[in-house]
Amino acid sequence: MIDVKHLTKLYGTKTAIADVTFSVEKGEVLAFLGPNGAGKTTTMRILTGALPATSGTARVAGHDCFDQPMEVKRAIGYLPEVPPLYGEMTVNEYLTFVGRIKGVDPAQLPAALDRTLERLSLGDVRGRLIANLSRGYKQRVGLAQAIIHDPPVLVLDEPTSGLDPKQIIEIRELIKELAGSHTIILSTHILPEATAVARRVVIIHEGRIVAEDSQERLSARLRRSEKVSVMVKTPPTDVRERLQALPGVLSVHQDDPQTFLVEAELGHDLREDLGRFVVTSGWGLLELKPVSITLEDVFLRLTQEESDKGEGDRPIVEEVRS
Amino acid sequence: MSPVGAITRKEIRSYFVSPIAYVVAAVFLLLIGLLSYLAVLSVSNRSLQMLRLQGNMPELNVNEMVFRPVFENMAVVMLLVVPILTMRLLAEEKKLKTMELLLTSPVTIADIVLGKFFAAFTIFAGMLALTASGALALVPFAEFRWTPILTAYLGTLLLGGLFLSAGLFASSLTENQIISIMLSFGFLLIIWLFGWAGQLFSDTVLGAILTYLSPIDHFLNMIKGLIETKDLVYFLAGITFSLFLTYRVIESQRWRS
Repeated sequence: MIDVKHLTKLYGTKTAIADVTFSVEKGEVLAFLGPNGAGKTTTMRILTGALPATSGTARVAGHDCFDQPMEVKRAIGYLPEVPPLYGEMTVNEYLTFVGRIKGVDPAQLPAALDRTLERLSLGDVRGRLIANLSRGYKQRVGLAQAIIHDPPVLVLDEPTSGLDPKQIIEIRELIKELAGSHTIILSTHILPEATAVARRVVIIHEGRIVAEDSQERLSARLRRSEKVSVMVKTPPTDVRERLQALPGVLSVHQDDPQTFLVEAELGHDLREDLGRFVVTSGWGLLELKPVSITLEDVFLRLTQEESDKGEGDRPIVEEVRS
Repeated sequence: MSPVGAITRKEIRSYFVSPIAYVVAAVFLLLIGLLSYLAVLSVSNRSLQMLRLQGNMPELNVNEMVFRPVFENMAVVMLLVVPILTMRLLAEEKKLKTMELLLTSPVTIADIVLGKFFAAFTIFAGMLALTASGALALVPFAEFRWTPILTAYLGTLLLGGLFLSAGLFASSLTENQIISIMLSFGFLLIIWLFGWAGQLFSDTVLGAILTYLSPIDHFLNMIKGLIETKDLVYFLAGITFSLFLTYRVIESQRWRS
């Protein structure tokens, strides 16, 4: 549905994105993850036809973004980072205007309007001025604007930025609902968001794609050992040595007086043995949990590997974590 | 509905909601009303004087003595009022980031430029149509010919169109409405001054070029009741050129931003 090959965009001499290649299948949800200024918005704007690329190709729904911009624009619903709203219009008027310029058949427009309002639960505010709506409702009107012409592809730039937690959950639910019938690309710098709505994640850093895979496989790829965190009530003084003596244990790390991080070889599940050992030793088992690599770890490690390759400087974030 | 129609409709609505249309029309009509009243008053004073001095009522040409100065003054009022109609057209879209919506919709940049221009032109034409009430009010009291008045209205429409297209171009250059209106004033006053400069060098080629580039002579011809191809070409070419520049500015901003 979306096919991007070797896309590069220069602003003067500054490189915004370099050699970006990825593709999205029909019905898939892809999260574009990266820090601010990584090139997420640039990539999205090229896809929507708002911005021409310096080199490379981008195709949406079978149409080239440069040669057939009209077809591409018809196939895409785009929610920019700042929702493009006219405050002096009511929700109804605004969506009618958007429907007209998106080329919705005038005879179908009232039905499309009702369908969109219902889908985003905007029926109650349809007669209100957009300027008077809350931030969450404005974001929903922004989403409504993107889907009114029922495009096969949705491009959502930071769809939850600036919302409160309740509104964030609502918007995520809406995106999940839309996922069934639309192919979606969304960008975010919030890591849990990528996992909450998307199965596949593209990590972009300083204009380059540093990883592209499902979240599970990204974590698996970077996992070099199995880690289990164990919390005990009364640890003896030689607890580290005794845990270290267990078969398969590589290292034991003390996080705080009662919590220990036990590391074992890859593929060796320690939980059962460790649990039994702590219980039979009578230390009072309070908690036992596997430590999985989070997307944060993946992200930081990948972006750090990139900069290590470049300059060998350790980023400040890594210092803080260790 | 065509994209141009949709954009024009949205802009016209916005003029009345904002409510720029009401304020601009009110000020414009008030000024034109005062100018017309003063013109009529001065003519009637003069004719009374002549009646007293010569003892008979002279033939007064109302077209020459009332309507011509009113239209000439209207052009000056338009220099100040028309840029207000165009200052926000593109500057605000950029400021509010709604330009992004237009540029990612299946409409061309030409659709956007024309839609905005037609909206401003419609408001201006509406304002201008209301000034005809002054001429209609004179019908029971004076005799005059309608033809030069109609050509003067055509000239004023074209002059307004030229001012609006220049204002739209100014609006495409910035996100700031104050800068937009100052640029419009700058453009319009400079082409206006070309006319005076042209008079200074009246027997040189430069003078002829400057005079042709200024709207003054073309406009005065139409007020006199003359419709000449060169004047029509001047206005239509000027409007097309300004709109084309606007188009190019939006297109180049698309590459850079």
